[in-house]
Amino acid sequence: MTATETPFEPRIVAFCCRHCAYAAADLAGTSRLAYPPALKIVELPCTGRVDVLELLRTFEDGVDGLLVAGCLPGRCHYLAGNLHARQRVDYARRWLEDIGLEGERLRMINLSAAMGAQFAELATEMAETIKDLGPSPLGTRQTAGQGLSIGSTPLPGEAVHDHGDGR
Amino acid sequence: MIVAKQKPLSELTAMLDGYRNVLAVGCGTCVTVCFAGGVKEVGILASALRMARRLDGEPMSVAETTVQRQCEAEYIAPLAEGLDEFDAVLSLGCGVGVQTLAERFPGKRVLPALDTAFMGLPTEQGVWEERCQGCGHCVLDITGGICPVSRCAKQLMNGPCGGSQGGMCEVDTDTPCAWQLIWERLAGQGLADRLLEIQPPRDWSTSRDGGPRRIVRDDLRLPPAEDV
Repeated sequence: MTATETPFEPRIVAFCCRHCAYAAADLAGTSRLAYPPALKIVELPCTGRVDVLELLRTFEDGVDGLLVAGCLPGRCHYLAGNLHARQRVDYARRWLEDIGLEGERLRMINLSAAMGAQFAELATEMAETIKDLGPSPLGTRQTAGQGLSIGSTPLPGEAVHDHGDGR
Repeated sequence: MIVAKQKPLSELTAMLDGYRNVLAVGCGTCVTVCFAGGVKEVGILASALRMARRLDGEPMSVAETTVQRQCEAEYIAPLAEGLDEFDAVLSLGCGVGVQTLAERFPGKRVLPALDTAFMGLPTEQGVWEERCQGCGHCVLDITGGICPVSRCAKQLMNGPCGGSQGGMCEVDTDTPCAWQLIWERLAGQGLADRLLEIQPPRDWSTSRDGGPRRIVRDDLRLPPAEDV
């Protein structure tokens, strides 16, 4: 590992539902509430869109933590997308633990669009958890230039299947 | 469908110890439908294996591909191109898929990523149950479409044993007694009296007891080359 003088700033990706957490993050911003700058928000139509494959590949890409932020239980715009997401997050956490990563690096939270303060609070809490855990041992800090496709050698004459909905 | 489940990651990492460049091959039929070895499961497992091996300090490249049907030679033939670059093939097909790959590519290490469990159906989303053991002599006409070979722990052919309690099996109280189900089905159809006919001991030679089975259809075989 290359020694670095700069303090560890965890890189956290947040998959946020458009109908709640994404708006809550927006509200946190317009309310001038601080949350960790290293949090990269990915807007989703619903956390039901989240797939175990994407969760794992995000970790493979070297993020330190991953937050899935969906609607409050019973308030999903699509009825049960947030409940499906929680099951998938639980499943992906078991994968992470089997792989040898701490399950705490992946967390699901539930918010409404009005909960800007709670978003900032939970994001900060997540950042603190990840700071305690330290950088992901899969981080690209050690393997610069290797991203999502690391180790994935396409078969000659055949494309590696896309990372999206392969069902 | 053939129902399978993935082996634990620890078993697979032990199996793949020493290999550096692996091709994970999924199958687009049964194991896709039971979410054990389709495109997505290949992606998840390949990603997990790459990460696990990086954390172990023994990075391993895992390429991903999925064929439509791993149990037929013509579907896996295109894999031959470029296979030399891989140390091993990790099959996410059922046991038949693994063996088809191993037969087609005898010089290559072909390893199973799944435990093939049974022939069955999904009873609800995320739940699969066994329905057929491929015994080679179907009795579903006699038993109201409920199979006592696959669903009765004792494979009884003439009614329930004494372990049938309140409609459930003594082996597992969550498992319905197959013969209770058969009785209810036939009684509902007004055919319960058919159960009075005693079934003779079965000839199990059509099942596993007769050794590996084979079906030959002369009408479908290709004519000898010299006759063409």
